[in-house]
Amino acid sequence: MKSLSRILAILGKEFIQMLRDRLTFGMMVGIPVMQLLLFGYAINTDPRHLPTLVEMGDNGPASRAILQAMEISAYFDLVGTVAPGASVENAMRDGEAVFIVTIPPGFERALARGERPQILLDVDATDPVAAGAGSGVFSTIVQQALEPMLGDLSPPVETVIHRRYNPAGRTALNIVPGLLGIILTMTMAMMTSMALTREAERGTLEALLSTPTRPHEVMIGKITPYVVVGFIQVAIMLLGARLLFDVPFEGSPPAFLVAVSLFILVNLALGFLFSTVARSQMQAMQLTFFAFLPSILLSGFMFPFAAMPQWAQALGQIIPATHFIRAVRAIMLKGAELDHVWPQIWPLLVIFTAIAAVAMLRYRRTLD
Amino acid sequence: MSDALAIDVLGLSKSFGGTRVVDGFDMAVPPGKIYGFLGPNGSGKTTTIRMMCGLLKPDGGGGTALGLDIIRQSREIKARVGYMTQRFSLYGDLTVRENLTFMARLHALPKVRDVVDRALKEYDLAPRAKQLAGNLSGGWKQRLALAAASLHQPGLLLLDEPTAGVDPKARRDFWDRIRRLAKQGVTVLVSTHYMDEAVQCDNIAFIAYGRKLIDAPAGEIPSRIGLHTIRIEGPGLQPVYDTLEQDPGVEQIARFGAALHISGRDADALAAAAQPYNGRDGLSVSEAKTGLEEAFIWLMSGAEDNFQ
Repeated sequence: MKSLSRILAILGKEFIQMLRDRLTFGMMVGIPVMQLLLFGYAINTDPRHLPTLVEMGDNGPASRAILQAMEISAYFDLVGTVAPGASVENAMRDGEAVFIVTIPPGFERALARGERPQILLDVDATDPVAAGAGSGVFSTIVQQALEPMLGDLSPPVETVIHRRYNPAGRTALNIVPGLLGIILTMTMAMMTSMALTREAERGTLEALLSTPTRPHEVMIGKITPYVVVGFIQVAIMLLGARLLFDVPFEGSPPAFLVAVSLFILVNLALGFLFSTVARSQMQAMQLTFFAFLPSILLSGFMFPFAAMPQWAQALGQIIPATHFIRAVRAIMLKGAELDHVWPQIWPLLVIFTAIAAVAMLRYRRTLD
Repeated sequence: MSDALAIDVLGLSKSFGGTRVVDGFDMAVPPGKIYGFLGPNGSGKTTTIRMMCGLLKPDGGGGTALGLDIIRQSREIKARVGYMTQRFSLYGDLTVRENLTFMARLHALPKVRDVVDRALKEYDLAPRAKQLAGNLSGGWKQRLALAAASLHQPGLLLLDEPTAGVDPKARRDFWDRIRRLAKQGVTVLVSTHYMDEAVQCDNIAFIAYGRKLIDAPAGEIPSRIGLHTIRIEGPGLQPVYDTLEQDPGVEQIARFGAALHISGRDADALAAAAQPYNGRDGLSVSEAKTGLEEAFIWLMSGAEDNFQ
């Protein structure tokens, strides 16, 4: 009986403390809700509506029927045609499209003559999941599209599927570069936010600020070590990717360096921002976790980005990891150069500026 | 700045979240003095000290520390003032030497090694130079903190409850060091709750509810207030306590070891209240000197009436 009353006392106290710590309480409620929404609505492992470009070498009833059938299948979203003069290669490297359909010149005539013309589907196979569904149904779709016109003869066309960048469809090729983004998000933001919060939590910030040290000196001095740590992590990951998983590095090292440096900065700024919100290291860690979840789920790291609903994609656009992972995949697997990944670099710059500005504003206030 | 005041502030005010923590605080401290800063917990001592060393911008008022403007020259002040925080604010996971070296480098002192060696010797920390600061006992931590706060030879030391929770021997040692520093010309402002420390100060400022109530040499404070005290000694004091507590002539009553101290500003009324007990049941009544503690407790209860 006495034991029960003691247990109840501790239990009651625990609830009081739980409710007083708003941030923790918010997370306990927020995380399940967030998970539920993200896993339930946003994530789709059967990717549809993937952006597809068309190279129209011929334009006749059969070609149009094929394209219409593709559209109806919902696997392909025809977003445009390959610009004249631009190569299929470039369009894919820039991440404009996952699929490119090429209808060769003279297709209609060859078809009419029963010559079994080729129709080509280029696939960005870096993400085997995203690429798999569409390429799997492509020949069936073409077949069915032509049936009403030609009847149920032997296959009237030859579908050629060209898997680029990852012909063997190895998942590791896609995951390992993505992991770079996830690990940097996790460790950089967490380490900086904890290191900065630690000073305030332990009271050492006060002694530090009682010297003529300027706030920005504190910042630079505290954050720079973690930049170094970030680069060490990247080096380890790259080495492991090469030696253990045989992940190629096709693109330009300077472009890679730019993307990595910028991404590390973004995450340090994020950690800095968290440190101005969190009052303890524990809270700093919780906040990092909160940012970490969407980075895994919505960035295209684990699940195909293009397969998510519009709202989730919009949300994914403000997650730095989304842009970084795209850039790194393009550089490592598709041989992209700096100008190819510019569409991913500038959003990172914008995100960095926004986070750093808010963090600086809050930092000034927390010093008082 | 021979004659210039070490601290000269006027009308300092600071609010946090709508609560006025410091309200029109004035203080003038001549150089080379030890100034005691007393007041109940939460009276605004720490906030005042932080404003004087440039860590916190006052909402109103202003002034100088070592002749430097506390609002516009906070960086220059930080370079010449030593501030010891109430809570240990050095790094527990650095050694004693590493902590001192770190602070010396933040002050951008030349010949850091020599400076640190000298401090280690001066504060008898040399044998513990390689010990982690976190493993030091309370007294040693405070000694290290004082060494760190005075590394850059500040002309003014602001010590915020430096001896709280420290054993008597370590406290005495600490005060020896404070006096030694003052003798070298350093001005010291020290906040404390200990009366034996307060009496060692050249002057005492007492603050409550963010306002300074008195500012005078320790010995003069009771007479300034005009508080008289009578001592009643003997067995069975509890009923005496209960009765006298109700007496309008007795403004304050406190047990003092085996005796009872009653205080009040009206000497006659106080004497009249105590007289019936003289000689009764083996009790004796005698005039006593009003102590600092009585004076401060009286000030505090008065402050409550004024501000609450």
